[in-house]
Amino acid sequence: MKKSIWIVLALLLVIPGLLFTASCGKKTLKADIETMKEKPKEAPAPPPPPPAPAPAPVIQKVPEPVKISAEEIRAREKAAAMKALMNEDVYFDYDSAALTPAAQEVLKKKAASLGKYSEVSITIEGHCDERGTNEYNLALGERRAESAKTFLIDLGLAASRFATISYGEEKPFDTGNDEEAWAKNRRAHFVVK
Amino acid sequence: MTVFRYIVVLAAAYISFVLPASSFAGYDYIDINSPFLRKIPIAVPVFGTDNADNSSVQLSKKASDMLSGMLDFTGYFKMLDRDSFIEDPAKIKSGVPNIYFPNWTAVGAELLVTGDLQIKGGALEIELRLFDTIKASQLIGKKYNAGMNDLRDVIKRFSGEIIFYLTGNRGVFDSQIAFVSSGSGNKEIYICEFDGSNISQFTRNKAITLFPAWSSDSQWIAFTSYIRGKPDLYIVNVRDKSMSVIAKKGINITPAWVPGKFELAATLSYSGDQNIYLLTGTGKEIKRLTKEGESDVSPTWSPDGKKMAFVSSRSGTPQIYVQDIATGRVERITFYGRYNTQPSWSPKGDKIAYSGMNGGSHNIYVIGFDGKDPVQLTGNAGDNESPSWSPDGSLIVFSSTREGPSRIFVMTAFGTDQRRLLAISGEQSSPKWSLGSNNKQP
Repeated sequence: MKKSIWIVLALLLVIPGLLFTASCGKKTLKADIETMKEKPKEAPAPPPPPPAPAPAPVIQKVPEPVKISAEEIRAREKAAAMKALMNEDVYFDYDSAALTPAAQEVLKKKAASLGKYSEVSITIEGHCDERGTNEYNLALGERRAESAKTFLIDLGLAASRFATISYGEEKPFDTGNDEEAWAKNRRAHFVVK
Repeated sequence: MTVFRYIVVLAAAYISFVLPASSFAGYDYIDINSPFLRKIPIAVPVFGTDNADNSSVQLSKKASDMLSGMLDFTGYFKMLDRDSFIEDPAKIKSGVPNIYFPNWTAVGAELLVTGDLQIKGGALEIELRLFDTIKASQLIGKKYNAGMNDLRDVIKRFSGEIIFYLTGNRGVFDSQIAFVSSGSGNKEIYICEFDGSNISQFTRNKAITLFPAWSSDSQWIAFTSYIRGKPDLYIVNVRDKSMSVIAKKGINITPAWVPGKFELAATLSYSGDQNIYLLTGTGKEIKRLTKEGESDVSPTWSPDGKKMAFVSSRSGTPQIYVQDIATGRVERITFYGRYNTQPSWSPKGDKIAYSGMNGGSHNIYVIGFDGKDPVQLTGNAGDNESPSWSPDGSLIVFSSTREGPSRIFVMTAFGTDQRRLLAISGEQSSPKWSLGSNNKQP
């Protein structure tokens, strides 16, 4: 009886130890492969990786991590492109839905990125600053979103990829009450669907 | 439901026991068209009661204070200070033979309201009279039998009698105001009584909700809400909350009911243009009202339903236009300033209130519907937006940021007596006054 308890205890200690060692070994191997692959190619250093790494493969096969890595690079590039699409807003002048030269430049960048990722659909949100009145601003926000959409369609992108929605002055980016805040709020904001 | 029951009970119970001059009411007391309105000095002493017990005395005081408050709200009266009264309120007996009028003219009163309140068998017996102290005559006398919880309704009813006698108009006492408040974390619609009391939350959409609009009979409220993620139009029955939804592509905003009809105008953009359409009360399209290729919002109807004012940016800046529905003829009525929006057609039909931006802030203006004589009513007090007329045309409710956060304010149609109507958590905006019993169209 006593003997068997000791055996069980010993196993409890040894098995996790083995598992631990095994997973350590795997990590090292994967890291080595990645280094080997990246160095000769002189690939641009990827941005600091986001805190969600790909899950470690269960079965150790040498070529597979390489393949995942290539996909991951593309995925990361796409993620960065989508982030840029959403982070960079198109700005408008006061009480205007006309596209300024600066706004057109931003839209051209977005068009290039959307041309590359043809599977992506976008909702364009139109927003206004707080100075106008709610009713008129809701209409103005829609005209801003539609201006941006029309420009992208004119650049050759499919209309079916775009939806628009106006929030008027209901969702300011900056809740300040000065021109600096207002300028940030007069915007078309892109959201990847 | 309870309101309806009450009206039936009260209608059955109240007896107009004196009918002196009131059959040919004296509208000459207050000319509501005069911008130089002189406030009539009125005395409202504490009402009498036979019961000496504390609750009767307290209720009499409460009733007289309530009546004072309602009369004061109209802006027609100068409420005289009770401390200046010569007569001992405990000894005031109602009825002409019992009143020594010189004691009231001596303190400056031209009108006097006396009241007598008794609690009998768990119910109220209230006798209220209005006197002309100079002519030494009774103008109105009413007796009401009502439930213990119906005091406020009795006082509202008698206030309505007084205003009807003096102005020929039913006043505002049975009207309500719908408005938007952000207190719950989302903009939702709330409803309160004419004076900001009895606030209740009407929508619980948990989504941006905007632009409430009352039907003429106060049975329906239309509004825009992002319940489904985009600005759609909802038409909701006030009592049973049954509803219709207009959820076309684009924006579905700024509803305005056609006076006396189950139809409304609203801006829809499904065609690609932001046009105003005429819709049935169930949300079916009747026809497009404004011409293609423009951006038009915020319709408001003349009381006869023959004309519609709205905002259009067809000239390059938002300005107010009036369209004749039968002929389709459109005229621009605002030319001063670069941002004139939120028109509200007065119930008498002669004027349109709107908000105009000037010097960086919005203010309330009133202009003839023909574009003549614009008058600025607010100034140097933050942004003032969203004017809406009281059903009798004597007052305008609006939102103002003069205290910091946006709040609901009220003023006379001439811009005097500006005061805050209510303050609850969050910010309040877009007030809309219901027609109450003034829903009969000319």
